[in-house]
Amino acid sequence: MIAPALKEKSAYRALFESTHTNGNSAPSWVEELRENALERFDELGFPTVDQEDWKYTNVASIAKNTFTFATGRRDIAAELAPFIYAEAKSSRLVFVNGVYRADFSSIASLPAGVVVVNLREAFSGEHAETLRGYLARSRAEDEDAFTALNTAFLGDGAFLLVPKGVRVDAPVHLLFLADAAGEKPIAFPRVLIVAERGSEATVIESYAAIDESVYFTDAVTEIFVGEGARLVHYKVQRESERAFHIAQTHADLGRDSVFDSTTITLGAQLSRHGINVQLDHPGVECHVDGLYLVGDGQHADTHSIIDHRQPHCASRQNYKGILDGKSRAVFNGRVFVRRDAQKTDAVQSNKNLLLSNEARVDTKPQLEIFADDVKCAHGATVGQLEEEELFYLASRGLHPELARNLLTYGFAEELIEKIKIESIKTQLDEAILNRLNARLEA
Amino acid sequence: MLEIRNLHATVDGNEILRGINLTINKGEIHAIMGPNGSGKSTLAKILAGHPAYEVTGGEVSYEGQNLLELEPDARAREGVFLAFQYPVEIPGVSNAQFLRLAYNEKRKHLGEEELDPLEFKDLLAERAKVVEMEPSLMSRSVNEGFSGGEKKRNEILQMAVLEPKLAVLDETDSGLDIDALRIVADGVNKLRTAENAIILVTHYQRLLNYIVPDFVHVLYRGRIVRSGGKELALELEEKGYDWIKDESEAAPAGAARA
Repeated sequence: MIAPALKEKSAYRALFESTHTNGNSAPSWVEELRENALERFDELGFPTVDQEDWKYTNVASIAKNTFTFATGRRDIAAELAPFIYAEAKSSRLVFVNGVYRADFSSIASLPAGVVVVNLREAFSGEHAETLRGYLARSRAEDEDAFTALNTAFLGDGAFLLVPKGVRVDAPVHLLFLADAAGEKPIAFPRVLIVAERGSEATVIESYAAIDESVYFTDAVTEIFVGEGARLVHYKVQRESERAFHIAQTHADLGRDSVFDSTTITLGAQLSRHGINVQLDHPGVECHVDGLYLVGDGQHADTHSIIDHRQPHCASRQNYKGILDGKSRAVFNGRVFVRRDAQKTDAVQSNKNLLLSNEARVDTKPQLEIFADDVKCAHGATVGQLEEEELFYLASRGLHPELARNLLTYGFAEELIEKIKIESIKTQLDEAILNRLNARLEA
Repeated sequence: MLEIRNLHATVDGNEILRGINLTINKGEIHAIMGPNGSGKSTLAKILAGHPAYEVTGGEVSYEGQNLLELEPDARAREGVFLAFQYPVEIPGVSNAQFLRLAYNEKRKHLGEEELDPLEFKDLLAERAKVVEMEPSLMSRSVNEGFSGGEKKRNEILQMAVLEPKLAVLDETDSGLDIDALRIVADGVNKLRTAENAIILVTHYQRLLNYIVPDFVHVLYRGRIVRSGGKELALELEEKGYDWIKDESEAAPAGAARA
């Protein structure tokens, strides 16, 4: 057992050291973060199925694989179109294999004062102190090996700072694209979003691939929403179906702020998304929603924590899963209502639709309440398409495949409907209805 | 148009239909009446191809084809329509989307061009008048949160859009108040032509005051035990079903008049 673990660790240690010979120098506080995180990763090692939190998701295939930093830098300008959202055509940052590409990025349409830069550039310069105050503040690397590994390789990423009272109308799109080009690349996307007091913004994080290749994305996003600020966050994961995607989102919500997150999971052979939402101020309203749609050979895991620590906060969590073929999904959602979190209003729901007999889902919604004056509800379901519904549609002349697709679409509709970005909606319509999509606009 | 010969059927292993014989020509309206449990709804569902019902004997010929060999969706595209006794709710799919998909499936089958959303909207607005359907119900999910009357009207709206050759209305009158019944019945009457045929499955004579049948058949214990004109329904209304039960139990099996 010990030998392979050592091998993995030394592999990442070697990778770490190699980056330092490649002009990866950074201010000492960044160096310190990296060093400490790598040490922490060495201590933690990759999680195993013996750990409760990783019981259903075996990352041995990540641990055993050898990933390296991509060596090529192709001009893929002509191949970008399918990954670009029209709504964010001049408010986007593009990263290829984890490396910032100024040549594909454009931030022309952002209001004055809004900072959207490559993280590395912000290590020094006018916003360095602000950045330093927030980066890695969640301390998630202490507990989570994948976050530690990401922090050890801090470099390129996105830093978004919306100053006090500023409203950003255009969504900011952070595109993380994989272009394996025959290699098995690893990328450590890092996103830091700071929405200051009274500001408003929408951020789309999307993960995609040029082709169906094997690679590993280890992403970390930290979000800080200030007092009275509103942040809408989309995470759209449509990696290659052979890829590994491990991501951790951490959100810290200020007094009377509103946070609305929607996580769409379509890709990767193995994906895990941890989302940790801290409601440590009164009056917060948050929506933590998600839709996972997986098919043959895919495994999608969601682990979420919604932590009510202060009174008068409301949280809504609605996760839906559609599983086809031989696929597997895990939903583990914990809602904590701490002793001081009186008048909490929390609702959590996880519904799953199994389209095949070989699909399997393990769902575990958990509500842990330590306050006495609260309104909380939670539930989970796992079901199949109803025979009676299929017959009803058939009796109106719909071919069985169309009927299945229509009912599946209907199952996901409430989540699709809440998405305000048309391009994401269209993408989802296509994913669910594939070629039938064009016939559904009514 | 429809020729049912000695039809036997079971559900969950119980024999429900025990030799139905019925001939329906275009332009005709047939009412099928009978006490609860006589097999009326089973017959309706079998014609539409419900998978829970197993045909164990007999034949059904529709427009010269063996209807029983066709899948439910193929039957629908060939012009068979079942108005459900309990219309199904389809969350997340709007009525308009659903109707357009169904309409276009039929158009394609007939080799006609599909209608785009705008073209279909006009058609739908016009057909909705047949059942005095509120436009707001078009953008709502199919039958979700509809009242009982709205659901039944929605069934007739689907019939108006799909223009079936053979429409089977399964207890479309049940649960309707008198105003809703009148609207639904008016709708069906407007859709009646010399080219189509309608089967009304009903427990009560009430509906037949509004949609006047050419023939009335009484189903009891899986067989048609009596057939007649519209006056038979009135007789049933007056005497109840016991009269039929007594009579058919006295007669030897299979001796039904048809």
